[in-house]
Amino acid sequence: MMDMADQIAEEPIIEVRGLLTKFDDHVIHENLDLSVRRGEVLGIVGGSGTGKSVLLRTILGLKSPDGGNIHVFGKDLEMLPEDERRAQERRWGVLFQEGALFSALTVAQNVQVAYREHLHMGQKLMDELAAVKISMVGLRSGAADLFPSELSGGMKKRAGLARALALDPEILFLDEPTAGLDPIGAAAFDELITDLAHTLGLTVVMVTHDLDTLHATCDRIAVLAERRVILIGTIDDMLQSEHPWIREYFHGPRARAAFAGK
Amino acid sequence: MAETSGAKGPSGRGAAASYAVEEKAGGITFRPAGDWSVAPILAIDDELRAFAEAKPAGESAVFDMSALIRLDTAGAWLIDRTAASLEAQGVKVSYQALKEGHKILLDKVGEGGLPKPTMPERSSLYVEIVGRIGAALVAMWSEALVFVEFLGHVLATVWRSIRHPSRFRLTPLIHHMEKAGFDALPLVCLLTFLIGAVIAQQGATQLRRFGADVFTVNLIAIIFLREVGILLTAIIVAGRSGSAFTAEIGSMKMREEIDAMRTLGLDPMDMLVVPRVLALLFTMPLLAFIGDIMGLIGGGVVAVMQLNMSPAVYIERLRAAADFWTFGVGILKAPFMAVVIALVGCRAGLDVTGSAESVGTQTTSSVVRSIFLVIILDAVFAMFFTAVGL
Repeated sequence: MMDMADQIAEEPIIEVRGLLTKFDDHVIHENLDLSVRRGEVLGIVGGSGTGKSVLLRTILGLKSPDGGNIHVFGKDLEMLPEDERRAQERRWGVLFQEGALFSALTVAQNVQVAYREHLHMGQKLMDELAAVKISMVGLRSGAADLFPSELSGGMKKRAGLARALALDPEILFLDEPTAGLDPIGAAAFDELITDLAHTLGLTVVMVTHDLDTLHATCDRIAVLAERRVILIGTIDDMLQSEHPWIREYFHGPRARAAFAGK
Repeated sequence: MAETSGAKGPSGRGAAASYAVEEKAGGITFRPAGDWSVAPILAIDDELRAFAEAKPAGESAVFDMSALIRLDTAGAWLIDRTAASLEAQGVKVSYQALKEGHKILLDKVGEGGLPKPTMPERSSLYVEIVGRIGAALVAMWSEALVFVEFLGHVLATVWRSIRHPSRFRLTPLIHHMEKAGFDALPLVCLLTFLIGAVIAQQGATQLRRFGADVFTVNLIAIIFLREVGILLTAIIVAGRSGSAFTAEIGSMKMREEIDAMRTLGLDPMDMLVVPRVLALLFTMPLLAFIGDIMGLIGGGVVAVMQLNMSPAVYIERLRAAADFWTFGVGILKAPFMAVVIALVGCRAGLDVTGSAESVGTQTTSSVVRSIFLVIILDAVFAMFFTAVGL
């Protein structure tokens, strides 16, 4: 697996070319290019309203692009027949901003949905694996039988991550993963993401505002502004950039605190 | 030497999962091979569980991981589970040729320990039946108490509004009067007209056998003015506005808007409940009145067409058949039913908990409960009016 990953490391796992998205006349992205390498952790940053979440939703196929194309695993999702598209979707996991757990199911059942629907797994192994995922994301085992309405915001997020990881996806999409977690939980979350990315050859694409997360987990950062990705690179590239927004973002007081002594 | 292999993964992510067990002096060697990820391992799960639970030969087990191509958390769980099970039986487990990445995974899945089953144990049928009946009775009783308490709360709020008219919200009242009252007019008119016509038509057919078909008019007048007009209106309003009240207030509750109101020093009773209750209280009698008229018109159309009665004669006979109290008995029930429907609807909305599902449950139960209560109320009124001789 790792050897294979090394071989095709050069070929991007996600390739966005000339993307155009708009709502009615309001253009969100224009001529946006982005490529994500296999095995990397990519953070997407940008000001409010620059369409970070929209970009994520477009890559996931939840919103059709109005122009340009998106290749994930080398295939254009728009062109795939229904069953191949479903198979493709099983190879990624998504953590939505508020967790988006199914409110009628317990946390354990939420995790088990994919096992039950896609793999027709037996109840015993499903219970075991759900418990593994639940403890992996740092929830106590008692949380397995709780319904989403009984969880705190941070717990919902962790439960959502457990569900996203159920099938051990190759790509993990995270929308504001650490928002709503306490600093200790957020740091543990960062560590978990790094861990998993390392062990599973997981590719992570996250939208985040958390500078600590950016610093702790991301290999590269893509900056969304002016309707496109204006810069993609490492933290050092960001720090050296002369673009006014990037300067403000990465040299602001909070950034200095996050990067202090590193 | 035993060898087991599982099916190829559906997405073709690698080879099948398999393992081999080799017995040596003083212990065994356990050799997982191939793709140990979530889909392929399904085929070997049962066998591996049986292997781990059976008492193996020897004192030690070496897990030789050299042939393992791919490992994900599900596969790691299987290996960790096997190791834990062997260790519980006194076998010393050690790993060989363990890749760094795989080690992190094994450590990670081992943190949680053995899970407990997520399905609750079922108790016996007898206990279940008795338990559910008891729970339902207790729930009914506490619901009745809650309803009375809520009624008191609303009355207190209304009284406060009367003493301090500045607290009173006129705009939402008018808004809800329009939505729950005026907008319901077409539906109420159409349905009462049709039911009036149907009752007249059926009544005329039956009464004609006795040569008493002129009494069709009495039938329509009494049945519509006393019972059907108001009952039909109440059921339409419960289905239309009671459910809307629950869904509106319920989704506000779900999105914490009600809590937000409280923190801003606004009373949800003032803002949400009282305007709705008063709106129905004011509009239901009007709706019922219009429903009565439409029912009589519907009956009249049938009378004119089927009984060859002139409209003037129909109106003359109506006057003879019904006096003011025939109408009064019906319309007097309207405000009571209005209050019941509005209270049930609003209360159910406030009972919504965090989930979207609960909005649905509460909306259904609000409609069912208010229709049930409206019919009970109607029966109580029927007994009351009989007793007082109206």
